[in-house]
Amino acid sequence: MNKQTKLILLMAVLVGFIILLGNSFYIVKETNQVIILQFGKPMGDAVTKPGLHVKLPFIRKANYFEKRWLEWNGDVNQIPTRDKKFIEIDTYARWRISDPLVFFQSVRDERGAQSRLDDIIDGETRNAIANYDLEELVRSSNRKFEETEEAGVLTEREEVITIETGRDKITEIILIASSLITPVIGIELKDVRIKRINYIEEVRQEVFGRMIAERQRIAAKYRSEGDGRSAEIRGEKERELKRIQSGAYKTVQEIKGKADAQATRIYADAYNLDPEFYQFMRTLETYRIIMDNETILLLSTDTEFLKYLKKTTR
Amino acid sequence: MTNGDFPKLDIKLPQLKRGTIKLIVIAIVVVVVLAGSFYQVNPEEVGVILQFGKYVRMSNPGLHLKIPGVEELIKVPVARQLKLEFGFRTASAGIRTEYTATRETLEEAQMLTGDLNVAIVEWIVQYKIKDPYNYLFKLRDAETTFRYMNEAVVRKFVGDNSVDEIITVGRARIALDCKEELQRLCDLYEIGLQVDQLIFQDVNPPDPVKPSFNEVNESVQEKETKINQAWSEYNQEIPKAEGEANQTIQAAEGYAMERVNNAQGDATRFRAIYREYVRAPLVTRKRLYLEAIAEILPKISKKIFIDEKLQNVLPLLNLGQEVKK
Repeated sequence: MNKQTKLILLMAVLVGFIILLGNSFYIVKETNQVIILQFGKPMGDAVTKPGLHVKLPFIRKANYFEKRWLEWNGDVNQIPTRDKKFIEIDTYARWRISDPLVFFQSVRDERGAQSRLDDIIDGETRNAIANYDLEELVRSSNRKFEETEEAGVLTEREEVITIETGRDKITEIILIASSLITPVIGIELKDVRIKRINYIEEVRQEVFGRMIAERQRIAAKYRSEGDGRSAEIRGEKERELKRIQSGAYKTVQEIKGKADAQATRIYADAYNLDPEFYQFMRTLETYRIIMDNETILLLSTDTEFLKYLKKTTR
Repeated sequence: MTNGDFPKLDIKLPQLKRGTIKLIVIAIVVVVVLAGSFYQVNPEEVGVILQFGKYVRMSNPGLHLKIPGVEELIKVPVARQLKLEFGFRTASAGIRTEYTATRETLEEAQMLTGDLNVAIVEWIVQYKIKDPYNYLFKLRDAETTFRYMNEAVVRKFVGDNSVDEIITVGRARIALDCKEELQRLCDLYEIGLQVDQLIFQDVNPPDPVKPSFNEVNESVQEKETKINQAWSEYNQEIPKAEGEANQTIQAAEGYAMERVNNAQGDATRFRAIYREYVRAPLVTRKRLYLEAIAEILPKISKKIFIDEKLQNVLPLLNLGQEVKK
């Protein structure tokens, strides 16, 4: 062999050696877990320790799986509650690949897993919702609503709704039921929660109608309260006016009466000294008043003051 | 092609010694290695170093070294406050911030209340990455999961309050409950986030229902107005009536005083005259009488004296003419 051929051969061996070396190592990241497959057959447990690892080159392959907690988002489903109310519910869940081997053997990859999880969790969700009334799904506790001015009108007529189970307990039921099944596909399910819950469109319109009617009732109540109170005030006003006016009248009459009485007493005291003399004076006074230039006076000559017309003796 | 058409290209390649080439290659390699070895962490960040995919250490802000090729750097903004919006999106922030509402944001915002009504709730959450290791390695796609958690938590608490509480009096309390629960979930999920604030923005009844909610506000106004009107009438008329009442009372008092004073005056006058009269009654009477006559008769224009002895003459007086005058 000449030097050229030797060099090429050396290069080839070197390259081959590097490739072999490269295939003997694999990196496990913090987020990975790895299953080693030998001709398609899994070898040993999952490798979860992060770092650089060694394996047989080419014969063994490294299959990567997620080690982290993963999210599952359910489809929006229209499901009737026990009290026949149709709702749209959207759940999400937290899961992870707890057993990569089983996972690989049963669902192969994440897409397969998502599809299986859909079946499992949606199924349990449907069951749960059909077993409970709507309030149980919406409310988490029996806390009493704070009465605002408006709410006061409504709570008068509505009975207070109490729940026995509540949202949190129901999602827990879904979680427990689902997580009994998921180990079969190598999945651990940690949390199921209701992301969204809404009325379906038709029911929503009905509910809007109800809300509008409620508000209109409240508005009517306020208006009639306004009318009632203002009428009350006006009534009070009238009463007060009458009281003031009649009170004043009474006082006025009292005052006048007292004064008149006093005056009468004063007159009587004086005039009683000589009633006849008073009469005399008063009559003269009256003559002064009633006789004016329109009066026609017919006097007989035996009128006292005319007596001197005819004679001068007494 | 003839030789004469083109000038001969006469580029002289510099004659490099073998050693120089080696030096240049080594220099290039050194530079590349150095470039891969230094890294800078900004003040708001933290640097996470992985060695062959395995977490080895965290670096504070500043200039640091790492092993190129072997060690990998991921920068995580831990001091920066991050924000997520729900139920709306800020289209352009500025002096006049613009918001968009799409079908997607409406679906985020619409939720059921505890009294089985519907409310439209917008909120923002301000948070920080407090544990970069958890944030990167414990949970995949933290932001998406965090969004799910937000929606679930807010809907849970809105579902435990009445529509009135959410729109009016309960906002602050509910926001606090949501924040605490969200933080609890963050810790449970090991998501490595710290919730600083959860703040509600616009919280409204759904659009079709809004007019009737406004009607309630208007009716409250109307009620106030009616009552105020009635009170103002009251406050106008009552004092006026009181004033008038006082006036009549005072007039009466005036009348009383006048009456009594007049009476006293008249009485005193009478007594005085009477005192004199008693001393000479006859004379006084005659005098008073004659004084009166003297006053009266001149006033009378028509005086007719008839002799009492005139008996057979029928006194005929043409009164018709006199009266006409």
